[in-house]
Amino acid sequence: MYEILLKKELTPTITLMEVSAPRLAASAKPGQFLIVRTDENGERIPLTVCDYDKERGSVTIVTQKVGASSKKICDLQQGESFQDVSGPLGRPSDFIALSDEELGKMRFIFIAGGLGTAPVYPQAKYLHERGAKVDIIVGAKTADMLILEEEMSKVCDHLYICTDDGSKGMKGLVTEKLAQLCESGEKYDQAVSIGPMIMMKFVTLTAKKYNLPLVVSLNTLMVDGTGMCGACRVTVGGKVRFACVEGPEFDAYQVDFDEALRRQTMYKSQEVEADHKCRIRN
Amino acid sequence: MANTKIDRVPVREQDPKVRATNFDEVCYGYNKEEAMLEASRCLNCRRPGCMLACPVSVKIPAFIEKVAAGDFEGAGRIIAMDSSLPAICGRVCPQESQCEGSCVLNLKGQPVAIGKLERFVADWSRENGISYNDKEASNGMKVAVVGSGPAGLACASDLAKWGYDVTIFESLHKPGGVLQYGIPEFRLPKDKVVGSEISKLKELGIKIETNVIVGRTITIEQLMGEEGFSAVFIGSGAGLPKFMNIPGESLNGVFSANEFLTRNNLMKAYSAESDTPIYAGHKAVVVGGGNVAMDAARTALRLGAEVTIVYRRTEQELPARAEEVHHAKEEGIAFRMLSNPVEILGDEKGWVRAIRCQEMELGVPDASGRRSPVAVEGSYFDIETDVVIMSLGTSPNPLIAGTTPGLEVDRRGCIVASADGATSKEYVYAGGDAVTGAATVILAMGAGRKAARAIDEKLKK
Repeated sequence: MYEILLKKELTPTITLMEVSAPRLAASAKPGQFLIVRTDENGERIPLTVCDYDKERGSVTIVTQKVGASSKKICDLQQGESFQDVSGPLGRPSDFIALSDEELGKMRFIFIAGGLGTAPVYPQAKYLHERGAKVDIIVGAKTADMLILEEEMSKVCDHLYICTDDGSKGMKGLVTEKLAQLCESGEKYDQAVSIGPMIMMKFVTLTAKKYNLPLVVSLNTLMVDGTGMCGACRVTVGGKVRFACVEGPEFDAYQVDFDEALRRQTMYKSQEVEADHKCRIRN
Repeated sequence: MANTKIDRVPVREQDPKVRATNFDEVCYGYNKEEAMLEASRCLNCRRPGCMLACPVSVKIPAFIEKVAAGDFEGAGRIIAMDSSLPAICGRVCPQESQCEGSCVLNLKGQPVAIGKLERFVADWSRENGISYNDKEASNGMKVAVVGSGPAGLACASDLAKWGYDVTIFESLHKPGGVLQYGIPEFRLPKDKVVGSEISKLKELGIKIETNVIVGRTITIEQLMGEEGFSAVFIGSGAGLPKFMNIPGESLNGVFSANEFLTRNNLMKAYSAESDTPIYAGHKAVVVGGGNVAMDAARTALRLGAEVTIVYRRTEQELPARAEEVHHAKEEGIAFRMLSNPVEILGDEKGWVRAIRCQEMELGVPDASGRRSPVAVEGSYFDIETDVVIMSLGTSPNPLIAGTTPGLEVDRRGCIVASADGATSKEYVYAGGDAVTGAATVILAMGAGRKAARAIDEKLKK
């Protein structure tokens, strides 16, 4: 079984869990994701790998309560177990193919939003440990919604925080911060953006102005996560691709974001219904 | 003496109007009396065509003779010599093109109901708690089986009986492969049949590790290296869905049959308890004519949709089992033959509103002998619908081939293997849909058993 070794509430709606999954921990790489199922009736929920520890045989995941299924995840307690944890899934980030020497000469910028901060962590950590220069922009609605600030600051050279209400860091959007940095002459070899689809769409528009190479990690709908269902299909460079096996990371400039945004809403009304049902029962 | 006076004994089924609203099994199967009566029709041919036409060569006349005599345990023992999953094969094999298609009585259009008899024997054995698992002493050698579908289960079962220490690695959370995610409950009950067949295999000492994606969680090389497996059998199936590459396929409401069926079967989305959503719309169009298309159509119907199957050839060419087509029609599914989709039309919000098709006619026979469909110039028509389910076949998943150096695949992505399952890599065998592309449960089982034999010979050397 996949025991929850540690549970931390990062914010009232965002929960971090370290889960025992030795096979997964031994093979996980930055950029990959996993799928969890809370119980026999549970949905298969894809989540990005936030950290992995081969020695402890554990992986760390971060979940935000948005619907009935994510609430079920967040309600699990330390010492309890997931019914299933499977992975790692998806291709690792392209940069893991580069040597430490090559990485040591490179400068990266990450643009993370909300829950997307979690999957940025293992990537930044991997690069920072290998001598790459790393800057990170993290966006959140308010200071209370900010996650992993301390962890992130340890794996980068500069951490820029943006909040919608200015309760911490810059008041404004991550795109404004990115534009500011580029305008002030900062140069990056590679940008990576992970967050809500709509944020990634606008980060792409901003990065384009500065000819910044940009990779995005797409959080599409999925069932199996191994290429079987095709629920995750996205149009990239005019071709239909499966985010689960060919992604989740793609060249941002090739992604049809409007289609991806629309496809994410496929089961929206049913999710709302399920959440509602669930609350009545409680 | 064979009873030549009677007609084939009809099998009892759920009323079509009732079953169109539930997911309970359609066919009730024979009871003892019906089975014995039907078995009495077998002529016990000296050269049984049925047996030759069976991909795993079940000794059909011999087991039927036992059924006719009321010795159901004896019948079960005979079947078990050649098939490890009879309750499943009795339900899903295309009997009309295999055993029953070669039955002498077929000349009169009334072959012995071999499939239903096999199912009866398997169900009777299970209900009476009889297992035919005889196991040889352990030989200490470890074999890994990748995938717990029909090929993997058949291979694992033989090897375990011969004393091997077998571990099956399954990528999903439940074992069974296509038996679990693909074939619906109303055709193949999951707990009653699939679950119990799999627990019989566990009694043989077979270990099943779920949630292990070979090619991601672990590689074939790691299995043979650090994990100490002497040989590997790859039965990873053909899981990648095909699409038509026509405009509109990314609209909301367009699904692969794999997605639709996986949500419903593996994730049990039809049940109120399940958290997994499914959407069948008020109207659904299923594109394709195979068993999977029938399964998707009949599932959508049970979820409340008015369903039309669109197929580009005629009814004669439908690749689905005759029984499935018959059941689908009884349940009220409309068939639109000689029609080929050219575009899916969406509304202003990006949801499906209709599918545009072109009329086809049959041209000259192609290499396979089937008359290929040719488009009729200008003959376009639209079918209004909320959902389109693409059921155009599947191809093997590249995950394993892509992470196993030295494993040869052909240009369709199928693993290249000899008749006994040997691949280009020593000690690595493969069989089933991963080798042939999408085919049937019984062919996969046959391939799994042949590979088991080859693995045994190789390792005993």
